[in-house]
Amino acid sequence: MRLEVEITGKTYRSAAGGTHEVLAPVKFALQSGEVGVLIGPSGCGKSTMLRIILGLDHEFQGRIARPPQARIGMVFQEPRLLPWRSVEQNIRLVAPDVTDKKLAELFRILELEQHRSHFPGELSLGLARRVALARAFAVEPDILVLDEPLASLDDALAGRLRDEIATLVASRPVTTLLVTHSLDDAVRLGDRLFFLSPRPARILAEVPIGIPREARGDAAIAAIKAGLARQAQGEQGGERSGRDVS
Amino acid sequence: MLRLLSFALFLVTWWIAALFVGGAKLPSPPAVLEVMIVEASSGALFLHLGATLARVTLAFVLAMSVGSAIGYLMGRIKLADRLGDPWLILLLNLPALVVIVLAYIWAGLTEAAAIAAIAINKLPTAIVTLREGTRALDRSLDEMARVFAMPRWRAFRHVVLPQLAPYIAASARSGLSLVWKIVLVAELLGRPNGVGFEIGVAFQLFDTPRLLAYSLTFAAVVLVIETLLVQPFEARATRWRPRAA
Repeated sequence: MRLEVEITGKTYRSAAGGTHEVLAPVKFALQSGEVGVLIGPSGCGKSTMLRIILGLDHEFQGRIARPPQARIGMVFQEPRLLPWRSVEQNIRLVAPDVTDKKLAELFRILELEQHRSHFPGELSLGLARRVALARAFAVEPDILVLDEPLASLDDALAGRLRDEIATLVASRPVTTLLVTHSLDDAVRLGDRLFFLSPRPARILAEVPIGIPREARGDAAIAAIKAGLARQAQGEQGGERSGRDVS
Repeated sequence: MLRLLSFALFLVTWWIAALFVGGAKLPSPPAVLEVMIVEASSGALFLHLGATLARVTLAFVLAMSVGSAIGYLMGRIKLADRLGDPWLILLLNLPALVVIVLAYIWAGLTEAAAIAAIAINKLPTAIVTLREGTRALDRSLDEMARVFAMPRWRAFRHVVLPQLAPYIAASARSGLSLVWKIVLVAELLGRPNGVGFEIGVAFQLFDTPRLLAYSLTFAAVVLVIETLLVQPFEARATRWRPRAA
C-alpha cells in the first residue's frame, strides 16, 4: 500500500487577520512495509502534516495519494480512548472484525490481559498508550500512523514498547509513519528518516537506513546516530553563521 | 431511614399547624387521607392521575426528542444556531400561560392542543441544554472516530451519546419538573379531567381536603417517578466517572 504525500503549502489565517505559513512544500512517498520517520523540533508543523495525511484537514495545497480502501490505524499523542467504554470495548468498537484469537495475542504482546474490563480512567498513562497501540493494530491497518507514541514514558517502558512496535510492524505488511523527536526511536524503528526544519516545515534531509531492522545491533545503531549527529552539527553550524549575518 | 424521619417530621408539623389553623383552611392529615381513600375507591383518583400522567408522558417525550434533536443540530451547525437562536430566546421567555391560552384558542380545547402547549413550554430548555452539551463534545474523540472510519451510527452511539448523556439527564430532570408544573395549568384551563381539572373544581368549591388529597397524591407520584426512573438513569449515564468522595 503506497502512501504519497505532496503538500505544496499550507497557510492559516490567524484571528488578528495575518496569514501564517505552516508548511513549506513537502514531498515524500512510502512503500508497503516501510517505516518512515518524521523528526523535527516541536511546533514545526508535524501534527498539521499528520492531520492532512489522515484526511482530517482538507484546507491545504497539494495532494495525498493513498488507496481509498486503505485501513488506517492511528496512535495519537494522547491515547484518545473512550473513557466510558472498557479497554476491550474500546478496541472492538473500532475493529469489529477482530477475532478473539487476534485480540488475545495483542493483549498478550502488550501485557494488557488483566486490564480487559478496566475503564481507561483506571489505567496509568503507560497502560493507556498500550491500549491505543493495541487498538491501532487490531484494525489490521494498511497504513499505520504513530504520533510520538512513546513520549513521556520512562526509558525502560519506552524501550519495551518500541520493541513491541517493531514486532507488530514486522508481523504484517503495513506502511508506517512515525513522528518522534527521539533520534534513538527513529534510528531503531525507521527505514527512512525525514528531518524537518522549524516552521514552516520542509524536509531538510532524507536519510535511508540500509541495515534491516532485525539486524541492527547496538553498535550499528550507535554508528548511525554518530553519523547523523556529525551531519546535523555541520548543518546547524551553517545555520547559526547564517543567523549571525542577519 | 433519614428520609422517613424527615417525612414524619413534615406530617407532625402539618398536624400541629392544622390544630391551630382549623379544619376549613388546613385539614388534618387523617381528614385528607379519608378523602384520598374515598376518591381512590370510586376510581376517580386513578382516572384523573392516569389522564395527567399520560399527558406528562406524551408532552415530555415529544419535547425531549424534538428538543434534543434541535439542540444537537444547533450545537453542530453554525447556520442552524444563527437561524434558531432568536426563536429560542423568544420561546425561553414566553410565559407558559400565553402558550397554553393561545394553543387552546388556535387548536380548540383539545387533547392535542394541551399536549403541544406543554411540550412547547419544555422545548427551549431541552434545546439550550443539549446545545451546550454538543458544543462541549470532545473534538479529539471525533477525530479518532473519523480516522478509524467508524460508521456514523456507531460513532454517534458510542462516542457522542455518552458525552451527551449527562446533559440529557440534566435536561430530563429539569424538564420533568417543568412539565409537572405546567400540566396542571393546562388541565385547569381547558381539560375535562386530570389532577389540574380536579384542583380547579376543588378551588371553586373551596374544598381544601379534596385539593390537598389530589395535590399530595400527585406529589407522591412525582417523587416515586423521580426516584425510580430519573435518578437510576442519571447514575447509569455517569457510572464510568470516578465517584465523588
